[in-house]
Amino acid sequence: MRTIQFREALREAMSEEMRRDENIYLMGEEVAEYNGAYKVSQGMLDEFGAKRVIDTPISELGFSAIGIGSAMNGLRPIVEFMTWNFAVLALDQIMNHAAKMLQMSGGQYKVPIVFRGGNGSAGQLAATHSQSFEAMYAQIPGLKVITPSNPYDAKGLLKAAIRDDDPIVFLESEKMYGDKGEVPEGEYLLPIGKAHIVEKGEDVTIVSFGKIIKEVYKAAEELKKEGYKPEIIDLRTIRPLDYATIVESVKKTGRLVVVEESWPYGSIATEITYHVQQNAFDYLDAPVQRITQADTPFAFSVPFIEESLPNAKRVIDAVKKVSYAS
Amino acid sequence: MAKKFDKKTYLKWFESMLLMRRFEEKCGQLYTMQKFGGFCHLYIGQEALLAGMVSAMHKDDNVITAYRDHAHPIALGTDPKLVMAELYGKKTGTSKGKGGSMHMFDKSKNLFGGHGIVGGQIGLGAGIAFAEKYKGTKRVTYCFMGDGATRQGILHETFNMAMMWQLPVVFVIENNGYAMGTSVERTSNVTKLHELGESYDMPAMPVDGMSPEAVHEAFAKAAEHARKGKGPYLLEMRTYRYKGHSMSDPAKYRTKEELAAYKKEDPIEKVREVILKQKYATETALEKIAEKIQKQVAECVEFAEQSELPDGSELYKDVYVQKDYPFLKHY
Repeated sequence: MRTIQFREALREAMSEEMRRDENIYLMGEEVAEYNGAYKVSQGMLDEFGAKRVIDTPISELGFSAIGIGSAMNGLRPIVEFMTWNFAVLALDQIMNHAAKMLQMSGGQYKVPIVFRGGNGSAGQLAATHSQSFEAMYAQIPGLKVITPSNPYDAKGLLKAAIRDDDPIVFLESEKMYGDKGEVPEGEYLLPIGKAHIVEKGEDVTIVSFGKIIKEVYKAAEELKKEGYKPEIIDLRTIRPLDYATIVESVKKTGRLVVVEESWPYGSIATEITYHVQQNAFDYLDAPVQRITQADTPFAFSVPFIEESLPNAKRVIDAVKKVSYAS
Repeated sequence: MAKKFDKKTYLKWFESMLLMRRFEEKCGQLYTMQKFGGFCHLYIGQEALLAGMVSAMHKDDNVITAYRDHAHPIALGTDPKLVMAELYGKKTGTSKGKGGSMHMFDKSKNLFGGHGIVGGQIGLGAGIAFAEKYKGTKRVTYCFMGDGATRQGILHETFNMAMMWQLPVVFVIENNGYAMGTSVERTSNVTKLHELGESYDMPAMPVDGMSPEAVHEAFAKAAEHARKGKGPYLLEMRTYRYKGHSMSDPAKYRTKEELAAYKKEDPIEKVREVILKQKYATETALEKIAEKIQKQVAECVEFAEQSELPDGSELYKDVYVQKDYPFLKHY
């Protein structure tokens, strides 16, 4: 199978869908003439023209609102944020308008829109440029939240997101755009709301999502050398979350570690832990462990980053802890 | 000016403004009687803005507004019974009881809401217009906002993009002089609100918002500009709300004299005078219209009171288009 970059997978998803449906357009900072701040939309202006690939001024609140208004009136916008950190300026439109429009209008106005862009830490960018927003957006009823971790998932999930009639928060990573992976030539969609069991296992369940799952893969290589058989679940979608797949796995393994890039308080890991103790209490052989970012803003210098972010060693330690091996 | 508009227009203005006035007066009464909850922002005094818009607009043009929104659907032809039922939170309401006073929508009339976050609708309105331009229609979007909303940042971002992309949108400031209790003069050094478009080269004008004739002409001019592809237009409608910001506001920040001065300019009274002077109708005929409207408003109340409340289980509908969305349990 051919291998392409994460950014190319996203571009293929958008381009294929835009060829299929005239009402889809892409809007954001530097998406057109600059060919994308991270080259995700490279070449799209040439193919689709300035009517459908639109450069915006640096006005996240304003262009998000224009996107939502156009979606209320029959279009299907893809709004790119250079990073989700800047989308905080647009939160009123995403949270108060896109997420609530269908309900407040009694079902009269849907908002089929995809907001997408880089999420989470992207190197030494310090506190304002390094945040992961999965838990924050996942708390908001009316939105769906998607977190691809590799090129294959990125393409299939983005195509599904563009076709979905509900407003979608699609969280990528600047650190993943160059990642390569196998992506088939033909068209495919991945279902929203379904987790993916990346690796079958027996003795511990490790749940993660987004780019930080790569630390889980590194940890799993080491753990397997020591005889562990971890089952690895990539959530793919955060809202709605595929609880059933997690619970089924925990019933089999009896042990759960959740690895998440964002902060611990009110995290996805915490949400999963609540659900598992409710639905698989009698199957648990050990308390659930979570690995998250430090409970502080993200600081600039390398030792701070190393202290803050989840890593393979911490995953290994957590697996050993739930296995009473440490 | 009277000669520019015919008998039919004056009678239509009279009837529609009186319906808005009586409906809102009834809302105020019912709210005081605690017949329904939530906020209640009345349009009394500002009716000429909608009467003049409706007579000037094309039937398939779009409208979006803020939370002082009971009168917009009524002016556009939504059955006022449905508006009253929404205020009561009944399942027969415009949003099936899910929106309430601040969120009146009617897709069949191209009314895109009813929005409770001050200024949120400014960007949405430009987006609605963006879609019309994208689809190549000739529809114009009228985007209403209060004077308070003009101080939100989104106004500037939206004005800039709407001008750059030449969107067919008419921004309409309902300048009633007060952002809740804060007068326009106390919110900025720039108190001529039509000047807010100047940084973006947006054509703009102030309009006597107490005159349906002036309002009609301003809307017609602005809409023609937008419809011809020349881009946005900003209208500063100088109007006045006779009541407080909401039903809980005694409006102590302004004088009785100020209120009395504006009431002398009452648009319904002025239209009545023209009708009588021009002999478009007799006093008796106007009385009959007033009686008909009184009855109509009474029927709205009866309809709302007799309608059923929604079932609690309806809460899970209209949150997602996806029919089988797996909501979490919360108890």
